[in-house]
Amino acid sequence: MASYIIRRFAIFVASLFLASVAVFWVLAVLPGDPATRILGTQATPENVERLRHELGIDRPLTTQYADWVWGTVTGDLGTSYVTQDEITPQIRQRLKVTLPLAIAAMFLATAVAIPVGVYAASNHRQAGDTAVSILSQLGISIPAFWAGLLLTTYVAVKWGILPAGGFPGWGDSVVDSLRSLVLPAVSLALVQGAILTRYVRSAVLAVMREDYIRTARAKGLTRRSALWRHGLRNAAIPVITILGLQLAALIAGTVVIENVFVLPGLGRMLVQAIDRRDLLLVQSTTLVITAVILVVNLLVDLAYNVVDPRLRTR
Amino acid sequence: MTITDSFDLTEPEEAPAVDSGGERRRVGANLIVGAAIVLTIVATALLSFLWTPFDPTRVEVPDRLKGMGWEGHLLGTDQVGHDILSQLMVGARNTLFVGILAVGIALVVGVPLGGLAAARRGWVEESVMRLSDVIYAFPAILLAILLSAARGPGISSAMIAIGVAYIPIVARVTRGASLAVFQTDYIRAAYSYGRGRTYVFVRHVLPNISSVLIVQATVLFALAILAEAALSYLGLGVQPPAPSWGGSLVAAQTFFRIKASLAFFPGLAIAISVVGFNLLGDGIRDFLDPKLAEKT
Repeated sequence: MASYIIRRFAIFVASLFLASVAVFWVLAVLPGDPATRILGTQATPENVERLRHELGIDRPLTTQYADWVWGTVTGDLGTSYVTQDEITPQIRQRLKVTLPLAIAAMFLATAVAIPVGVYAASNHRQAGDTAVSILSQLGISIPAFWAGLLLTTYVAVKWGILPAGGFPGWGDSVVDSLRSLVLPAVSLALVQGAILTRYVRSAVLAVMREDYIRTARAKGLTRRSALWRHGLRNAAIPVITILGLQLAALIAGTVVIENVFVLPGLGRMLVQAIDRRDLLLVQSTTLVITAVILVVNLLVDLAYNVVDPRLRTR
Repeated sequence: MTITDSFDLTEPEEAPAVDSGGERRRVGANLIVGAAIVLTIVATALLSFLWTPFDPTRVEVPDRLKGMGWEGHLLGTDQVGHDILSQLMVGARNTLFVGILAVGIALVVGVPLGGLAAARRGWVEESVMRLSDVIYAFPAILLAILLSAARGPGISSAMIAIGVAYIPIVARVTRGASLAVFQTDYIRAAYSYGRGRTYVFVRHVLPNISSVLIVQATVLFALAILAEAALSYLGLGVQPPAPSWGGSLVAAQTFFRIKASLAFFPGLAIAISVVGFNLLGDGIRDFLDPKLAEKT
């Protein structure tokens, strides 16, 4: 187990290193000079050169990269080219919106998907299963941001039940802040829940074909009690994995949904940063998000190997 | 191993390793409905090159925000007087274009990578799989944001981002399916003839995993439509005034208090297309592998 943890951690560090090189490379090496892009094509060469020096991008690439990575490791992500604000506090501030949104969406999706998926699998090829299959097929086909727009149109604007967008801030009013996260979380959960339902359904179906379920049935257990006593725990293992993998999709989803509902989260900051050509902000925020995804993958892997010892030897 | 190794990342059902050609093939409802939807979208996109009810980019401000059926505008007009149907028809073109190129990028890079991993095993396989883990940590939207920051937003940044994001999925599916084929006797026979790995992969393995790859490509196409719509909505995909389904929804958001139906048709077009490609993928899978269809 210890050697597995060490090896897995080494893979994590290597992945993080590769990811940081990729992010840096895309923004630093691809054609196009940040200074020219900030000042526009009309800028004089002297002004461009001065800005290049101020931004520190006239130094060798390896120095720039080392500085950036060292800053990231020590928690100083630098200062925005455009707003001159420090990046680390901005990200911390924005995470207070994005994280609760992602967690609420994940919670909603799981709370719906598990019972519905188990129900569909235990009523395999009956009307209920067909209905779930059709609904989940629709759910995975609807763009989350379209669901968001429709929810805003009806629930917020026409019926006035919940706010259509914006975020008052946790400091001002916790209740109002929670209320403004409801529609965004539901929009995200619709899609994630539909995907998860399909996985839960097929995981339970796969487990129900296992020999130990047949043995349990042969011992006189009903289909239902065999499922409850032996099936669900085994079906849970792949479902937990999928939950971990869905995080990447969920983070991508928050980027779009935050823009639909004008929420001051990480995703909205990223899209605004592109409009303002704020390259360092994009670079650092992207690395932070990627690091979060890699950390979650690492944790799920370790947890998974604790739950299912068979995997360690493979 | 890591979690991403053990699962096909897009489809809950296990993909078949080898095409089971001898079984009775069945044309299911999925296949018919899916193919019909996809053909309709392709036909609409092609037709838009020759004919649209109105000039899709013509701005007629006095005619803006008209309802369905107003003076020949079957689906009405938008906030600047564009004919919504004509815009949707041209939008289909962009959607398909991005989808084809994005899935193409994913296949062209992912299939050889997955094949290499399956053929060489050992450290090569380990490196390919870990590299695909790293790429997998970048969702398409994040890649698109990075590329847009570096090269400026646009349709090419969007499709490169979507394509690169799907490389790990294709590589994993290819590797998984190829591993079983590489174990077979006829592959050993081919090696004993002195054939190289590349020849064996292209000549013997690829034809045997093609059904898995076709199904995967269809499902990825559906995902690419969703990703393109989201990127165009964020202003990182197709750039206005070029019409796009996602882009139309941006304007719809500003005007939905006046005309809620503006948000309806572009979203419906996206959803129907995604359903179409998903059904087509399921239908092809059921057709090519009846045993699997029995099980699910």
